[in-house]
Amino acid sequence: MDSLQRVFGKNAAYWLIGPAALWLAVFFAFPMLSLLTTSLSDPAGSPITGYTLTWRVQNYIEVLGDYWPYMMRSLLYAGIATLLCLVLGYVLAYAIAFKAGRWKTVMLVLVIAPFFTSFLVRTLSWKLILADNGFIVNTLQTLHILGEDGRLLATPFAVIMGLTYNFLPFTILPLYTSLEKIDPKLNEAAADLYASPFQRFTKIVWPLSLPGVVGGTLLTFIPATGDYINASLLGSPNTQMVGNKIQQLFTTANDYPHAAALSVLLMAIIVGMVLVYVRRAGTEELL
Amino acid sequence: MSLADQARGDLKLTGLHKRYPNGFVAVESLDLVIPQGSFFALLGPSGCGKTTTLRMVAGLEEATKGTIHIGDQDITYARPYKRPVNTVFQNYALFPHLTIAENVAFGPTRRGAKDPAKEVKEILALTELTEQAAKKPAQLSGGQQQRVALARAIINRPDVLLLDEPLGALDLKLRRAMQIELKRIQEEVGLTFVHVTHDQEEAMTMADTVAVMNKGRIEQMGAPYDLYTNPQTTFVANFLGRSNLIKAKVLGREGTGADAVVKVDMHGTIATIKASKVHTDSDQGWVGIRPEKVLIQPEGQAIDAPGAALSGAVVVDASYIGVSTDYTLRMPWGQEITCFEQNTGRRGGLIPVGTKVDVSWRPEFAFLLDSSQDVEAGLEED
Repeated sequence: MDSLQRVFGKNAAYWLIGPAALWLAVFFAFPMLSLLTTSLSDPAGSPITGYTLTWRVQNYIEVLGDYWPYMMRSLLYAGIATLLCLVLGYVLAYAIAFKAGRWKTVMLVLVIAPFFTSFLVRTLSWKLILADNGFIVNTLQTLHILGEDGRLLATPFAVIMGLTYNFLPFTILPLYTSLEKIDPKLNEAAADLYASPFQRFTKIVWPLSLPGVVGGTLLTFIPATGDYINASLLGSPNTQMVGNKIQQLFTTANDYPHAAALSVLLMAIIVGMVLVYVRRAGTEELL
Repeated sequence: MSLADQARGDLKLTGLHKRYPNGFVAVESLDLVIPQGSFFALLGPSGCGKTTTLRMVAGLEEATKGTIHIGDQDITYARPYKRPVNTVFQNYALFPHLTIAENVAFGPTRRGAKDPAKEVKEILALTELTEQAAKKPAQLSGGQQQRVALARAIINRPDVLLLDEPLGALDLKLRRAMQIELKRIQEEVGLTFVHVTHDQEEAMTMADTVAVMNKGRIEQMGAPYDLYTNPQTTFVANFLGRSNLIKAKVLGREGTGADAVVKVDMHGTIATIKASKVHTDSDQGWVGIRPEKVLIQPEGQAIDAPGAALSGAVVVDASYIGVSTDYTLRMPWGQEITCFEQNTGRRGGLIPVGTKVDVSWRPEFAFLLDSSQDVEAGLEED
């Protein structure tokens, strides 16, 4: 600290915080402000002529009235995908943290490996896997699990599966970090103190992994709620999520104020849910 | 208050053997009976198998061969959570998300105790932790955490309490205080304590019986006094305190009964050793003598010891410690031996380096070990 004081003088702390503050101002505060003003502007304008800020709160009421089913569907799909990610991810993260031995690093690399290919390409490849005359659908039809003209593609199943697949690593990594930090001796101590394997999990491992559970589910739920790639590539018009609507409002309808209002609304709902969730999980220190 | 309210039994290890998949034998055919209610120490250097033995008793490691009994009950293959055994872990392994009271209540709650809160209160009082009950482990000092680990284990009134280097993480001063504390608690609750440690002073201070372990076997077992004054192997002689070991030829036996002695020739000087302290049948051996039993006197002055003196030694180093002085002496045959002399003031100063001295000791303090054993066994590497 002394040497820092010598270089920066008395106000070392302000100088050091500078770059981060600037970054936040340019890439967070300014876009945020722009989004808020657009959401309260008159939709009569156009992206070329610009919009005038008229504090038009009706934008919010209108998007809520028009798009609330999509909002609910987004929360439902993202919620189911997050739960699936948690179950699958917990099992895998637990195995990597406690049972993998010398395969730990290899398994972690495999978890991250999908990131080396584009999100879009990976989702597109699921389109081929789930295609109507693809191997999986044919097999399920032969086994009479799917009907003669049953499909997987363009169903809620495909969208939720896509979300689960794409966001699983975001659940696994925080879970792994939390589980990996648990001293295996604690498990032995619990066993020594008459806890059965099941009790060792519920009383020791689960509570100590809660930060990872909360972190992992947030990192999955938040982007999954706003996602539109999975719904547009694997879904049908009946499975559209709020992200698809925002995208359409911005790009097809050129209606920036309503698009912005829907975005802000989605953000507000997610922030509210996150606050309640983190409170209830007792992991406020994450915030 | 005595917690030992029902008949339990001795802890009996029979032919206990642990071989790891990689072929390493950690514990080799161990036979051991630890009487109920005793404070027993397993002492040895790291890797000697003491912790593996403890973990097998706790059920955290499975025995390859052999059996473990408490009284008549065979617990060799019982699951850890079904054994009447509790452990105080090295570094304590306290549950970080639970309060001290919750940590201590963990065992009784799992076993469905009728009134865990009352038991917890009693144990916290015994271990002087009442004021810390609502705190989390991270808020406590090392000594307090140690007591929580102890409280968490003894509240279950196990037949056997296992302590795995319980004081290893504490500084010297606190360690001394906790040694006395542990001993007090053991006497108060009357449980069988099995204490694993590499610290010979700790083992000797606390335990009624010490078993010295080396390479998966018990080298020698007995009361601290017997182990120290009559070690049977070079390993015990070196690991438990320090010893001067001098090569000698065995000449023969004289006398009978308690007066029987063995005569040896140490580089030309004849000495006698009590037959009860002779642990070799061969015609060669190591004469062992503890440094504080070695008496020295500048050449020509009388030594207060019966029997012959070794002459021609030279003082090569004198370290003044305060209560005592450590002398290093070079013997005429080149070996260096150590002498700790209490600074009673009789000498009126130190013997200067370079002085020629005579060396002797009272014959009853010497012991004779087998010459085939490594003279450096049990010396600490650091």
